[in-house]
Amino acid sequence: MARATEERPTEVRGAQLGRLERLPWRKIILVVLSVLISFLVVVGAYRTLTLPAEEAYGANAWKNFIVLGFAQGAIYALIALGYTLVYGILRMINFAHGEVFMMGAFAAFFFADAYEASGFLDSQPVLSLGILFVVAMLTSMTVAVLLERIAYRPLRNAPRLVPLITAIGAALFLQNTARGFFGSQTRGFGVPSVLEGTWTIFGLTLDRIQVLVLVTVVVAMIALGLFIARTTTGKSMRAVAADSEIASLMGIRVDRVIVTTFAIGGLLAGVAAVLFALTFESVNYFMGFRVGIAAFTAAVLGGIGSIYGAALGGLMLGLLQSLGPALILTGYNVPSPFQLKEAFTFLVLVLVLVFRPGGLLGSGEAEKV
Amino acid sequence: MKNRKYLSMLALVGAFMLVAAACGEDDGDGGATGAAPTGGAVDCEADEFGCVEIPAGSPIKVGSLLSITGETANLGTDSNHGVELAIDYLDGAFDATDGQLLGHEVTLQQEDDGCSAEGGQAGGTALSADPEIVAVIGTSCSSAALGVADEILGAKGILLFSPSNTNPGLTSEEAHQPFYFRTAHNDLIQGAIVAEYVFNELGIDTAATINDESPYADGLAAAFRDTFEGLGGTITTFEQVNSADTDLGPVLNSIAEGEPGAVYGPNFNPVCALTATQGVDILPEGTVQLGSDGCLESAFIETAGELPAGYYYASSPDLTVFAEGAFYKDEFIPAYRDQFGTAPTAVFHAHAYDAANILFDAIEQVAADDGSGNITISRTALRDAVQATSGYEGMTGIITCTPLGDCATDVTIGLYEYPAWPVEGGTEPADPVYTDTKSLEDVQ
Repeated sequence: MARATEERPTEVRGAQLGRLERLPWRKIILVVLSVLISFLVVVGAYRTLTLPAEEAYGANAWKNFIVLGFAQGAIYALIALGYTLVYGILRMINFAHGEVFMMGAFAAFFFADAYEASGFLDSQPVLSLGILFVVAMLTSMTVAVLLERIAYRPLRNAPRLVPLITAIGAALFLQNTARGFFGSQTRGFGVPSVLEGTWTIFGLTLDRIQVLVLVTVVVAMIALGLFIARTTTGKSMRAVAADSEIASLMGIRVDRVIVTTFAIGGLLAGVAAVLFALTFESVNYFMGFRVGIAAFTAAVLGGIGSIYGAALGGLMLGLLQSLGPALILTGYNVPSPFQLKEAFTFLVLVLVLVFRPGGLLGSGEAEKV
Repeated sequence: MKNRKYLSMLALVGAFMLVAAACGEDDGDGGATGAAPTGGAVDCEADEFGCVEIPAGSPIKVGSLLSITGETANLGTDSNHGVELAIDYLDGAFDATDGQLLGHEVTLQQEDDGCSAEGGQAGGTALSADPEIVAVIGTSCSSAALGVADEILGAKGILLFSPSNTNPGLTSEEAHQPFYFRTAHNDLIQGAIVAEYVFNELGIDTAATINDESPYADGLAAAFRDTFEGLGGTITTFEQVNSADTDLGPVLNSIAEGEPGAVYGPNFNPVCALTATQGVDILPEGTVQLGSDGCLESAFIETAGELPAGYYYASSPDLTVFAEGAFYKDEFIPAYRDQFGTAPTAVFHAHAYDAANILFDAIEQVAADDGSGNITISRTALRDAVQATSGYEGMTGIITCTPLGDCATDVTIGLYEYPAWPVEGGTEPADPVYTDTKSLEDVQ
């Protein structure tokens, strides 16, 4: 009898535990978390927008935040495409892609510097900008293709971690090569006088460089979209991305497709490099690292492997960095909100990955990145 | 068995200690009995930090801990050149042949302060590990000294003498380390003069500040704010950014909303240059930007290129005051150009030159020669000799060291309109548009 009475409570407890365990805890935590975060965001934004007029941001300021964010985000998007294309095909993160971008920027810098000194940049702005773009694109493409040939192809069949480590090594190598050859100081990048000042389009006053950035990025995106959708090479790229073994059985030269992918990523990085250098009027051997990390974040945010995801992720990231601190942190009277822009960005990344592990436009399932 | 093993070990250690102690005594005696004409008797045992002994024929080793790589390389390299010229001038002429001090050569061991606390830690540790280092000229950036190099070197009794640290904290009651001195001005003075210029001369009563969170920028922005608000001005935004940020558009846009008449960004490059170029498009027309002596160097000119006239100013020690002494203009600067192939790249070469010379004078005062060229320098005595510097006629002015390590007590700060800057790449004539002199008592 005594034994039975002892056992009874434990049985009851066991049954209770079982019921608790059956509750979908993961979901509950996620829901509570998302409600809490949405609440904080809404309250922050509300408090910012209802600040007394003398403290609040005016309409012009909001417009500027959005335009600045779009311009920066568009550049992230171009670089993010390089990450996402390579990932789609090789399932590897090319961590040296930021350095591919940096090399393109430096190549363009040397031409821009010479053209600025000779006055060619101002007398023939279209021609000289064209040359800058071509130089940067060719340089970035060459670096990207060489990277693939030297650092990644020999490791094609190695475990996935191995090329990842090589990529980091390659990134450090390129960074320090640039530092050794070009010096560690930030260099000013010449901007043709045609691009200084503003243009008014549909009643919106925009910096000319921002217009150039947005137009170029849209053109580059459309060109890439058409290339992937319409051309034979684009088709074979999609085939390799879907299943490289079957693709090779179908007669697609996988190696050639991979090289093409790296080349396209490099070309886009070259375009981004010139746009970035024109926007911030400077180049630096370390620029690839920070921008690369941001673009990689954008790719993951949008769903790595997805081209439209990369574009969306880039734009979102740019907007978040520009608009987020002003809109949400100002409401909580956080001092120096812009210093927190990166913490803010990565918080968003974490949240997206918690709720949608595959990224915004990803497959919805977790990819091991 | 085991115990006996320990016992013999103990005995061995004991024996070693005895021998070591005997050696130590020997050295002490050598120093004391060898009191020579150049200095008084040196009691190395009484000095808690001991002595540096330099045998005849060996060089006197001085360290430099300056920012010689990376974005702020101009700043540290410029100061290093000042020290190198001081060593050159030990023989009384700038002839690219190093002079001697007390019959010894002087060698300069250059370390990099990296313009960061980490750099100060690494470089300070490297220098403090070398018992032959007599003193260190450095650091370039306050971040490398404050609580880092000043403590590491101070703990070994190695004098740290900075040509360009300006953060007020370094010489404050709370944080000052006894072995730390500087010939650079205290930013309480620089911040006050810039604030007065903006408020009184430019007639602007609203200003925003933007700093890159280094102790230097933070301290200077705070000094500016205090004076500016004291004058009756309003600080619209006190903003911080990261020193590695490239995209400063959103911050400037946020600042522009407060409609400040002036934006004060006392940072290092490239942040100074980037706020200048990006501000042109974002800040309302007519807004003035100001930087400080960290901005005023060649890298700014290279990065920023052309800027609108009357848009950007930077403060610095007024170099035209140094040029009133013929030595700076007629001997020092030509020698600098000759030997390094460039005009000065930053504004602290003269401070470095003065710091090195005060140090050499102090070494001459306290070093004891045993008659055959072996010299002994007591670390504490060396510190006391530098501390006692009073009325020294340096290139930067009359130098008197206060107990808290500030050796520049009366400072003339000038504001230079870009691009008429007194560094390589600036346009001539590089005269300040405004200049004012303050002493430490005025601002403390």
